[in-house]
Amino acid sequence: MIEVRQLKKQFGTQPILDGVDLRIESGESAVIIGRSGGGKSVLLKHLIGLLQPDAGEVLVDGENITHMNERQLLAVREKFGMVFQGAALFDSMTVEENVAFPLIRKKKYSAAEIGKRVAEALDVVDLPGTEKKKPAELSGGMRKRVGLARAIIYEPRFLLYDEPTTGLDPIVSDSIDQLIIRVRDHFKVTSVVVTHDMRSARRVGNKVFLLHAKKIYASGAPEEIFTSTDAVVRQFIDGVADAKETIL
Amino acid sequence: MNFLARTWVGEWLTGLGRIAVMSRDAVMSLLTLKVTWKDLVYQIYFIGIKSQSVVLVTGAFTGMVLTAQTYFQFHKVKMDTATLAVVGVSMCSELGPVLTALMVAGRVGAAIAAEIGTMRVTEQIDALRTLATHPVDYLVVPRLLAATIALPLLTIESIMLGIGSGYVVGVYLLGIDPTYLWFNMLKYTGNIDLEIGLVKSFVYGGIIALVGCYKGMSCGMGAEGVGRATTEAVVYSSIAILITNFFLTLVLQHIALMLL
Repeated sequence: MIEVRQLKKQFGTQPILDGVDLRIESGESAVIIGRSGGGKSVLLKHLIGLLQPDAGEVLVDGENITHMNERQLLAVREKFGMVFQGAALFDSMTVEENVAFPLIRKKKYSAAEIGKRVAEALDVVDLPGTEKKKPAELSGGMRKRVGLARAIIYEPRFLLYDEPTTGLDPIVSDSIDQLIIRVRDHFKVTSVVVTHDMRSARRVGNKVFLLHAKKIYASGAPEEIFTSTDAVVRQFIDGVADAKETIL
Repeated sequence: MNFLARTWVGEWLTGLGRIAVMSRDAVMSLLTLKVTWKDLVYQIYFIGIKSQSVVLVTGAFTGMVLTAQTYFQFHKVKMDTATLAVVGVSMCSELGPVLTALMVAGRVGAAIAAEIGTMRVTEQIDALRTLATHPVDYLVVPRLLAATIALPLLTIESIMLGIGSGYVVGVYLLGIDPTYLWFNMLKYTGNIDLEIGLVKSFVYGGIIALVGCYKGMSCGMGAEGVGRATTEAVVYSSIAILITNFFLTLVLQHIALMLL
């Protein structure tokens, strides 16, 4: 279970989050939607301790991680896997080395076991046979799949996705959505997906949070949110710009 | 005072504090033997082997020009055969460690800052953290250890080349008596000079690695941030080496006098 209480964060003089509250139960597939630059990725990074809040608390399985130092956080992060917007693969390593990295660092697996698990993880993300390629040789969608393989190889309990379909064509986006659902069901993980792709949000989430005006403005099951009559929710879901904001 | 804190003075002191914290983390990590040997060997190769051409040229030509310049002055007072003694002492305790460190700072410090800076802007450092790996353990410790091992070795190489090339210039170009030239060099260049040089090069290795890693890990976003971090790594490590050299010279010479 992940719980966020009255989270506040600002960069310089710019407030990004101002009193965010949310609760994600174990096994849930939560989707955080909101406008670009609205603080979704910042919120996601707080869940895994990559950013420290100015105020408020983040609890993982009831444990407050807010005031932990970097070394204490390493133990908490073993429960998490994260897929980054740009995949964040280590570009000096091959696909195989990238995916094997978490297991090699743990220093308790044999080379044969690591090889077997890398092959399995690449199979789950439909990328068998790419072991020897470098990240630069892969397309955007393939890089995100490798990022996902790296995140699931040590079987974390929580998987965080930062804009998994941004910058991908609709067909590749659809395959990534299917992959998120497959991984969720196969590994029984708690998923948190940050996106502004409404189709993706509707498909992968069983709980949706709308981040608006630096707070969680609305939350609920996808059908509740997507049928909401609230003006702010509707404006975001229907993708309608304010007349004032329209760029002519 | 408030004004000073908000200007470059505050920024500079903050940077120093952050490097100190990073150094503490690196030393604590070293004590727990968390270093990956494969990474360490690669870094020693990158810092030591790949710097060969730079060190060879620096050592050889510094020794040659120092020999020639010393000879021109000493010849006036008929002290030609003392030329290589001056070159020996200078190369061992000052020029060898300092010039080698400055050249390595330009090559290695820049490369460290650029590599780690690029990792930062492409979220690879955040990825490391999510994979339960401390960036200091994985990025800083192997580079710090490799630089403190490689730089003394490079310095010895530079000193040997400097004295050797000075001998060749002195004997074959300037016509100094080879026996007295070599004898005086051995007589006036003591082990302590070499030891001072090695202690200095060890410290400079640490400075190059720590400043390069710090600048990379704290670099701004985008290509401009990486470019600035790279430049600052070279400039700040070079300045730190020159300033540290003055204080190290005073302290180490004082210790040498007490020991002798």
